[in-house]
Amino acid sequence: MAERDSAEITPWHVYASRRSFLAGIGAMVASALLPACLGRDSQVTQESDFCKSARANAAGDELGARLTSCEDITSYNNFYEFSFEKHDVASLAADFKTSPWTVAVGGLVERSNTYSVDDLIGKFPQEERVYRMRCVEGWSMVVPWLGFPLSSLLQEVRPTTGARYVRFEGLLDPAQMPGQRTRSFDWPYVEGLRLDEAMHPLTILATGLYGQPLPPQDGAPVRLVAPWKYGFKSIKSIVKIDLVEEMPVTFWMAASPTEYGFYANVNPDVPHPRWSQASERRIGELARRETLPFNGYGSEVAHLYAGMDLRKFF
Amino acid sequence: MMRKSGVPGLRLLVHVLAILPFLWLIWQFSQGQLTANPIRELQLRTGKYTLNLLVLTLACTILYHLFGFERALQLRRILGLYTFVYASLHLLNFIGLDYGFNLALLREDFVEKRFILAGLAAFLVLFALAVTSTEGWKRRLGKNWKRLHRAIYAAAGLAVLHFIWQVKSAADLGEPLVYAGIIALLLIFRIPGVNGLPARISVSLRSKRPRKVRRAYDSEHFD
Repeated sequence: MAERDSAEITPWHVYASRRSFLAGIGAMVASALLPACLGRDSQVTQESDFCKSARANAAGDELGARLTSCEDITSYNNFYEFSFEKHDVASLAADFKTSPWTVAVGGLVERSNTYSVDDLIGKFPQEERVYRMRCVEGWSMVVPWLGFPLSSLLQEVRPTTGARYVRFEGLLDPAQMPGQRTRSFDWPYVEGLRLDEAMHPLTILATGLYGQPLPPQDGAPVRLVAPWKYGFKSIKSIVKIDLVEEMPVTFWMAASPTEYGFYANVNPDVPHPRWSQASERRIGELARRETLPFNGYGSEVAHLYAGMDLRKFF
Repeated sequence: MMRKSGVPGLRLLVHVLAILPFLWLIWQFSQGQLTANPIRELQLRTGKYTLNLLVLTLACTILYHLFGFERALQLRRILGLYTFVYASLHLLNFIGLDYGFNLALLREDFVEKRFILAGLAAFLVLFALAVTSTEGWKRRLGKNWKRLHRAIYAAAGLAVLHFIWQVKSAADLGEPLVYAGIIALLLIFRIPGVNGLPARISVSLRSKRPRKVRRAYDSEHFD
């Protein structure tokens, strides 16, 4: 009310300039205070070599959210192969050897094949995909991936009629991956998608982010990204992709079947014993955001689950 | 009996050591050293500090029983109060910074998540103990004061349960189980029969000080 009144009695350009002046002061104060509050002082935080050459075409996602900073994406990683501590992964993975690297694609396919990462990048045009990444732990990021649709690769190997699921396997190398020396888990990391999920145009194999090849801590040299599912579905450092008939038992299903299901679609209505699934913290932001069904990709993927009770198939 | 002026240096040291982690946390926060998710890190760190202080508080009782170290009793109240302060920071960070006082979201989590219930219960016990920690309440409650303040062991148990219930997998259970082990050990010495043992050992080891141990052992205040 008050704003409209003052706009009515004040010439518009004066009103507008006063508003922008006030907004400017607000922004100045905020820019002075917020970095201190959020710990985002660029003068103090050292920029990594990777992030010095970070580049992205898009400034944010289709919902208007800005990209998460390169520093945050490359310093806060859930990658249990290296460490259970998210902030320790980058340093532990710094010397991870990602070349040469091959991905064996087989199982129920007509043309099984082993691809080097260079083969994949040469064969399938890389495109930038800005996706929200919602971790099951209640935090999220907006990431500018580089990659190609998984469907392109699957079409090339031609799944046979018996193929119903895709099973992905990550690298097993305890010598390089200290987290794999703990026996509490059944290594290697295994993930899976139903064939129609794998063929969905949103599903990509990512080989880069922020305009450069993936850094080790983010799953180099090639990883899955299925943005409507919790982050743990997006398996990192893939060495094997098999088309199979039975639903694969994934890494987290094996570790805790009551907490993690095969589908793991982002769903604010299915609670988790530890983390809020109704809301999330976008990394770099202070206030929580509401978590969207299917992480905001419902209009594109909800039809895949028509008729399914998603509380049961969580 | 308890001379407050006895060890000002030691008490000052405890104050400084108890406040330092908080200052360190503020410094790291301001320098952006609390990971990309600083609010989460604040949550974990204040929780850890609370548990450490709780263990130190309980250890004071045992130090006294085992070694007749009377000064430990003077430090126990200070440490107990800092335990409550850090627990409050832990809870405030959760409700305020993390959830922005969003009652709808908070209610959902409080009802839904058992680890939060355990943590809240531990906090309420610590709150009751902090409020009744004054000399006035000690007088007013008489014998019941001692009974009430034994609830610190309940708080410790609940705090460890809170920790255990929020770990992600068996691989992460190590740390909370270490705390559980230490607290269990500290509790064992309080079991009737066992609890006289260290005092008796202590007495026989230090035959010079039997009266002191005996006297303080009977005291209402020091148990």
